[in-house]
This record gives sequence, C-alpha cells and structure tokens, in this order.
Amino acid sequence: MKKNWPLWEVFVRSKNGLEHRHFGSLRAADAEMALENARDVYTRRMEGISIWVVESKDITASNPENNGELFEPAQDKVYRHPTFYELPDELKHM
Amino acid sequence: MSEKEIKNLEEIFEARIARDEKIEPKDWMPEKYRKTHIRQISQHAHSEIVGMLPEGNWITRAPSLRRKAALLAKVQDEAGHGLYLYSACETLGISREEMYEQLHTGKAKYSSIFNYPTLTWADMGAIGWLVDGAAIINQVPLCNTSYGPYARAMIRVCKEESFHQRQGFESLLTLCKGTPDQKNMAQDALNRWWWPSLMMFGPTDDESTHTEQSMKWKLKRKTNDELRQQFVDQTVPQAEILGITIPDPDLKWNEERGHYDFGKINWDEFWQVVKGHGPCNKQRIKDRVSAWEKGAWVRDAAIAYAEKQEKRNQEERKAS
Repeated sequence: MKKNWPLWEVFVRSKNGLEHRHFGSLRAADAEMALENARDVYTRRMEGISIWVVESKDITASNPENNGELFEPAQDKVYRHPTFYELPDELKHM
Repeated sequence: MSEKEIKNLEEIFEARIARDEKIEPKDWMPEKYRKTHIRQISQHAHSEIVGMLPEGNWITRAPSLRRKAALLAKVQDEAGHGLYLYSACETLGISREEMYEQLHTGKAKYSSIFNYPTLTWADMGAIGWLVDGAAIINQVPLCNTSYGPYARAMIRVCKEESFHQRQGFESLLTLCKGTPDQKNMAQDALNRWWWPSLMMFGPTDDESTHTEQSMKWKLKRKTNDELRQQFVDQTVPQAEILGITIPDPDLKWNEERGHYDFGKINWDEFWQVVKGHGPCNKQRIKDRVSAWEKGAWVRDAAIAYAEKQEKRNQEERKAS
C-alpha cells in the first residue's frame, strides 16, 4: 500500500515581539521533519526565529458559504466603535 | 445548481476579480478558473523543478567556492519555488502525486527553455542573466494575480529571483573581462541562449489562445509580445556593458517606436521543443523520473518511522 506524506501548515515568527504568521504549507512524514523542511523551505534568508508546524487536517476552518451568518451581524453594530459616540468639541483628549 | 444560478455566481465572481478582490481556496469558483489555474500553477512548479537539472550539472564543476555557493543557493531556491507552487496548486484540489504523475508521463508541460543543454560554465551565467531575467518579467505581474495562494507564492519567488539574475550577470562579466577564450565562451553562451530566451514569452499575440481570459483573471497583465519587447529593451544595454554581441543582425533601435526592433523568431523550433523534440526533453524527464524512483525507499522509510514513533508515543501515554 502506498502512503503519502501528510500536508503541514507552517507558521513563522519573524522576530520577537511579532506573532507567528502563516507562511505556507509543505509535505513531511512527521512533525520533526516538517520543522526541518520548514526551516529549509521558508527561512533561507533569515525570515524567522521561531517556527510552528500543524498538520493541515487538524485545522478547522470556517466555510465562506457561511460568511453571512458568521460575519455580517458585526456590520450593524457601529456602537462598538469609538467614533459612534458624539462628544463635545471642548473635550480634547478621550 | 441550475444553469441560471451558476451564471449568476459567475457574474458575482468576475465582478469580485474586477474589483481586485482575491479568490481564496474555499471560495466558489468556475470550473474553468480552477482548471486553468491548476494547469498554469503546476506547469510553473514543474518548470522550477526541471529547471534545477541543467544547473545541477555544473555544481561540482563551479570554478570557485564563491560561484559554487551561489549556484547551490540558486538551485536550492528553485526547489523551494517548486514547493511553494505545488502547495499553492494543491489548494485547488489536485494532489501532489497527481501533479508529479502528469510531469513524469509527459502530460504536463514545463518551460521549454530547460530542454536546451548547458555545455559550458558560461551557460550558468547566461541562464541567470537571460533566463531568470525573462522569468522575472513574466513573474512580477503575477504577484498581483487574482488567486490568493498563487499571488502569495509569487511574492516570495520574485523576492528571491533577483539574486539569481545578478549572480549570473556578475559571473558573465567576470568571463568577459578575462582571457579571450573566456570572453569567447561568454559570447558562445549568449549565441545559444538568446533566441530560446525570447521564446520564453510564448507565441506571438495573434497566435496566443489564452490571452483574453488570462487578462481578465489577472494571470496576465501584458501580452506576450509586450513582455518580449520589454525584455529586449532592457537586455540590449546589458549586453553592451558585457561587451558581447546579441546574435541578431536585425536588432536595432527604432527611434519612432522608442523600442528595439528585432529579428524573426524561429517558431518551428519553438513548437518542436514544446512538442517534446528539443535537444534534452527526454533526458530531463528521464533524470526527473529516476530521482523520484530512487527516492521512493526514503519516502517509505520516513512514513514507516513516523508510524512507529506514533505507536510508541501512544503506548507510553497509555502506560503513564
């Protein structure tokens, strides 16, 4: 039986103080190899100082078809933004 | 879905692209968009992978450590570019094995330029200067293409590609400043790589079948002929700096057009190579298939090892 290397998602922190960001994906037999391959594929020019790898199948993603019910409710809640509130001009800093 | 519903979705889709919105993997897309992108991205990936072969030929024979380090790094970049592109393509629902299969059986194409042989060390310089130079012109507009994963991969590729061209030019310049034999070697490389490089932009506009659709989807921003002209215009002054002659008696500045005129491309040769009858088509695929088959035991062993580790970890968890 032929088995293929699973797909991994690679997240790289480019420097301390910044979050890990999704860089791309790659194929590897296990987590250790995924880390080593991520180093070679995504950080050949000092792009990172820390790498996370996650097997792609372990990520649960939202479906764009449900974007309406997921994200549209936020559109009519302008009162969540500071600019919604009317304050007097003499109030300089708030 | 009814035909009317699909048509409606297609209109929404085209409008999104026209507004410069990106399309992401899980978004609805027309089948034709998916297929066209699978074809283009996988061919692009294959070109990077096959593109390593003509250069790999010279790594052990580089004339200095400096040149060897640069060539190794360049070839490693190409492997990386292939990998970015394969994973971008996988997001469209084709498996990597399927893509390899298409490459190995000759069903998928790759850039014809890699079917020419690398006969001398000067070819490494000429490839960097001309082939990577032409590739950059083709690729830069793709950083802005409509399919998100492809655009992101291309941004990384383009960032890295600039070093490829510069190291090639520097290497050729060194030869051109060397002995007469070295300069002749550089001239010979230019003679052999010039016309195939012009062919890298594809058939002339009136022969090109995909242009209109590709423009709409931002797979193309300029036509083949416009890009080819841009390449000629930027390369002629570079050849003058090197002090070698572009092998085209019809090449001359056209004041009126503000561009260089150049001679007729041998399109019979182009189609011959595309159809598999170039000097190295068979050799390249043979080498690629051989590398893949010889690596099979490594891939299988890595999977077996991963499964064994996983089992051992599970047992340890149970015991504790």
